[in-house]
Parts: sequence; structure tokens; C-alpha cells
Amino acid sequence: MIEIRKLNKAFGEKVILRDISVDIKEGELFSVIGPSGIGKSTFIKCLIRLLKPESGQILVDGQDIASTNNEFTLAKVRRSFGYLFQEGALFDSLTVMENIAFGLKYLTDIPKSEYPRIVKEKLALVGLKDVEQLKPSELSVGMKKRVSLARSVAAEPKYMLYDEPTTGLDPVTTGMVKDLITDMRDKLNITSVVVTHDLKLALEISTRVAMLFGGEFVEVGEPAKFRRSENKAVKEFMEISDLSRK
Amino acid sequence: MKHPLTEYIGREFMSLTEMLGAATLMFKSVIFWLFRSRFEWRETIKQSVTLGVDSLTVTALTSFFTGMVLSLQTGQSSKNLFNEPLYVGTMVAFSMLKELGPVLTSVVVAGRAGAVVTAEIGTMKVTEQIDALYTLGTNPTRYLLVPRYIAFMITLPLLTVFADFLGIMGGCLVAVVKLGVPASVYMGDIYTYLEITDFMHGFLKTFFFAFMIATVSCYKGLNTKGGAEGVGKATTEAVVASMVLVMVLDYFISAMLVAVGI
Repeated sequence: MIEIRKLNKAFGEKVILRDISVDIKEGELFSVIGPSGIGKSTFIKCLIRLLKPESGQILVDGQDIASTNNEFTLAKVRRSFGYLFQEGALFDSLTVMENIAFGLKYLTDIPKSEYPRIVKEKLALVGLKDVEQLKPSELSVGMKKRVSLARSVAAEPKYMLYDEPTTGLDPVTTGMVKDLITDMRDKLNITSVVVTHDLKLALEISTRVAMLFGGEFVEVGEPAKFRRSENKAVKEFMEISDLSRK
Repeated sequence: MKHPLTEYIGREFMSLTEMLGAATLMFKSVIFWLFRSRFEWRETIKQSVTLGVDSLTVTALTSFFTGMVLSLQTGQSSKNLFNEPLYVGTMVAFSMLKELGPVLTSVVVAGRAGAVVTAEIGTMKVTEQIDALYTLGTNPTRYLLVPRYIAFMITLPLLTVFADFLGIMGGCLVAVVKLGVPASVYMGDIYTYLEITDFMHGFLKTFFFAFMIATVSCYKGLNTKGGAEGVGKATTEAVVASMVLVMVLDYFISAMLVAVGI
């Protein structure tokens, strides 16, 4: 379980997150929506301490990672996370095989001889095969995202963080990624946090949706409740996304 | 009322001290990871080979022609003064071993390998690959910086020895062909008048230069902002800063080595 208490984050004078408190329960698929540049990626990066919050607590299975500077504590907590980056963040100098095996090498004690089998298995999970020896530069945007997802789940994390998982993808690949996210939760029971500006995606896949606006969660609730929200920012965002009557 | 000039100087001073502080912390982190956890042998060897090979041709050309021109100028000046080219080998070897070998090689390495390191780390930074390392259980300092620091510390001294040798050979070629000095006389001058400390003076300096180039290149790479444009900017800044610092550092390290008798 991830418990967030009074989380504050600012860049210089600019406040990005203000007193955010929320609990993300085991097995939940929690989505954070909001317009671009509102601080969604900042929020998700704070959860895994890629960014250090100014104040507040982030309890991951009871361990507070918000204020610690201990690299070993952070590394230990990060082991329970998988992270799908917006642009994939695959290592350019490594092949697909090496990219996926990277996490296995540093996060697990699995013997090296097992890597090819696991890599094949994870690639199959994201609908890819025979790409092991390709470099990221030889892959399409959609393939990169899927390889990145395979890399994120290779070490079988307890929590998955998705940063704009469908941005820049065509409708077919978007549908595929959407199914993958729900599969990760349903088949592997992974607790997931998705940040996206794709409201339709968030409402379709999430158990709960939160709207980030002005540094705060102005609405948090199940998709059905979220659609009925009277909050001005939510209503406007729904209208812009053309989902108010759907 | 604040004067724009004092405000500018103050701002630049603050920015410089901030940068020095951050670079020091980065180096502290390199030392921390150097002695902890498993060592990245493969990455270190790969980086050493890449940095060395990258700079080899340019180093060879630069040092060979520098030796040639040194020989030509020394011999010609000597001819004008004494009617014969005297101590050409001594002058070429002395200049190459103590100053030109280490400094020119460092400038080449800063411009060639340093730029590659900044661009590579900078690209990884702006494409979130550095963040990805954290999420995959690896500290970027351990995985990226430690191997590059070691690679610079190994390759720069080796390249300098190579440059010293080629410079002396280039000088020998001109001395023999153009100035009519027999090779045995050219080499004899070197053996007679040069001591091991002359070589050590230049050789020891390369470790300071290597450390400085590694620090600047890695620091600039890790602090890259703003996409492809940012990578270009960081790379240029790293190369310029490294080259200037090599020259500045050269004086102070030389003075220190002279003071201790090397």
C-alpha cells in the first residue's frame, strides 16, 4: 500500500504539489488526470523518489521514502516498483534483450542463463517476438513503449507506475497498451498508478480517478462518481475531452 | 540601489560556487560508489577502449606534427645563432615530455572523448534514461560515472606516453631529413640531458587533467536540460571549460611539481 500524506513539491517559487494526501490500496488501478504541465509526472516521480518532495510523507508498505537520503533504503524500496516512462527511456546503446535483462541483473538473483527465456516471455506478454537483437533506434514508437513495459515488469514488481502510457501512440497500439495495463493488474495483481491526460483511458481502466489541478487533487473517486462531479475544473476537463455526456 | 554590473558579477559568482559545490558532491558520490557494491568491469573496459580509440588518431597526428615543427623551429633558430642545429633532440623531448605531450593530449581528449561523454550522458538525461537506471536498481553514478572516471584516468596517461613518443619521433624525422642531424646525435642528446623526472613531471600532470576532464564532462552531462539543443549546449560548454581548465591547471600543477622537485 502506498500512503501519501501532505505531499508538497515546488520548483523554486513555483508550487507544483500542495498538501496532497491519498492512499493507494493493494491491487488498485489509480489514475491521475489533468492537463499537460500540471504536475502529474512530478507526482509520479515523487512516488519513487526520482524527485524529492519539499515536505510530507510517502509510505510504501510502511517505509517513508519522502525525506530519506539513504541510497540503499531508496534502492530497496524502488525494487518493488516498475516504471513505464513517457518516451520509453530504453537504453540506446543496448539491444532489446539487454534492456529487458538489465532489471533482472540488478533487481533479482535470477541466474544469467534464465534471462533469454524470461525476456522472450515478457516480450510475448506485450505482443512482440523476434526483436531481441534489435536496438531501440530500430523500433517504432509503439514497439519502444511495449519493450519498455516488458522491461518494467520483467522483475515482477509489486507496483507499476505509468507516465502517459498512451501519448504518441496510434489508436490500435493505444488499445493494446490499455489492455496490457489492465492485464498487469488482473493477471499479475500489480497495484498501478497511471498519470495521463487521456480522460477516456483513465475512466475506462481505473478503479479510482483523481484530478490534479492547481497543485491539489480537486476530485478523487470511482469513475462513475467522477463523471458526476460538480467540480468546475473536472467539468471543464470533461467538456474539453468531450466525455460529459458519454 | 543595485548596480547592474555588481548584480551580474554576484549572480555569476553564485552560479560558479553552486556549480563547484555540485561538482564536488558528484565527485564525493563517485568515491562512495567506487568502493561499494559490485564494480562495473565490462563497462569500465568498454569505456577505456572507446575513449582511447576515439582520441588515438587525433593524438597521433597532433603530437607527430608538433614534434616536427618543434624540431624545425629549434634547429633553425640554433642554426641562425650558432651556424649548426644544436640540442634539437633535447629541446623537442624536453618540450614534449614536460608540457606539450600532456597538454596537447588533454586538449584532444577533452575535445574528442570529453564531448562524447557529455553528449552521451546528456542525451540519457533528457530522455529519462538516467531516471530509468534508478528504477532498474542501479545508481547512475556507479553505472555511468565511475567507469568513465577510471577510463579517463587510464587512457589519458597512456595516450600521453604515446604522444610523447610520436612527438619525439616526428622531431627526429625533421632533424634527420631537413636539418641533417644524425639520428644517433638526436637520440644521444635526449639520453644525455634528460632525466626520468622530466618524464614524470608531464606524466603525473595527466592524472590531474584526466580527473578534471572527467568531472567537467560528467557534470555537464548530468546537468543537461532542454532536449537536443540542451545536449549541444552542454557539450560545447564542457569542451570549452575543460580546455581552459587544462591550461589554467597546467600552470598550478607545474608550479607544485617544481616546488617538490619533480
